[in-house]
Amino acid sequence: MLHTVNKSPFEKNALESCLRFTKEGDAVLLLEDGVYAALQKTAFDDKMTEASKRIKIYALLPDVEARGMRAEDLIAGIQPVDYGKFVDLVVENNTVQAWL
Amino acid sequence: MDEMTGDEVIKKFLYLNRKAPYGSIYALESLEVVLIGAAFDQDVSLAFIDDGVYQLKKNQETKAIGMKNFSPTYRALEGYDVEKLYVDKASMDARGLTEEDLIVPVEILDEAQMVELMAQQDVILSF
Amino acid sequence: MKFGILVNEGPYQHQASDSAYNFTKAALEKGHEIFRVFFYHDGVNNGTRLTVPPQDDRNIVNRWTELAKQYNLDLVLCIAAAQRRGLLDENEAKRHNKDADNIAEGFRISGLGQLVEAGIQSDRLVVFGD
Repeated sequence: MLHTVNKSPFEKNALESCLRFTKEGDAVLLLEDGVYAALQKTAFDDKMTEASKRIKIYALLPDVEARGMRAEDLIAGIQPVDYGKFVDLVVENNTVQAWL
Repeated sequence: MDEMTGDEVIKKFLYLNRKAPYGSIYALESLEVVLIGAAFDQDVSLAFIDDGVYQLKKNQETKAIGMKNFSPTYRALEGYDVEKLYVDKASMDARGLTEEDLIVPVEILDEAQMVELMAQQDVILSF
Repeated sequence: MKFGILVNEGPYQHQASDSAYNFTKAALEKGHEIFRVFFYHDGVNNGTRLTVPPQDDRNIVNRWTELAKQYNLDLVLCIAAAQRRGLLDENEAKRHNKDADNIAEGFRISGLGQLVEAGIQSDRLVVFGD
């Protein structure tokens, strides 16, 4: 399963809820404001670092850069991807679940 | 995951409801998809998580806000052969709700059960 | 693969339509097929012909029209959501005695069944919303 989270974890509980329902082998793509959860040194750093050991977490780099950050600002273990790789992730997973 | 009957595909559709009713249109319009979708004879489940559980709350009285009370529609789902309604236990507990508070019979799932339900789905619609 | 795309939000207000467009374009450039792009909730506002956005930024409606033309895409506005929000094609305008219609080129109005069908016929359904 590929989960997508597009809202900031400071604004909505979408990320929190998403992580509750992930299982081993799942992937999570952070996009739009969701990429704020991928950054080092936020209140979510530990939670995301832990989660990234269990499941594969990706951040849409165009959204990261739009918001003034760069790939090197991401938590180690969260992989930056572009839209092409976003497409690949959808193909590689049986289903997509959007946490809005 | 697709089951073929003759030349018809039957997929497992999950409608993911996480938003409260009336504050936004998502609850109502997602229900409209369920009703129309019923005609396609797919394998349909509805999941209510987070504020989505409030959609099923009894005693919705909407006259004073001037909006149509659409909660009776959840009771009508049975007539459309849409009977698999699942509710997240943790979301209910956090909101102090029990099954008695709800307008329709539901199956209350814990996290592991909900994860399993989701893993079985072919198509997940979020609103 | 065949993709179905669901866009739940209108142009500019949220990033949903932008993200959906960028994803759709990337999928097409990789040689995938887009079965349908279905616009629901405020997403139907992506189909207005009357948009006049500032020239120095993207024109969201035109972008969809162009992409649809280039790749022969099926862009569908949900009729129920469109009626609520005042998006009407010529037939709908006549049917409801309205003095104008306002659907942009490349979009068509149809029922929710088209969304369910997209779920059935596509290999993957991707949802963009708020």
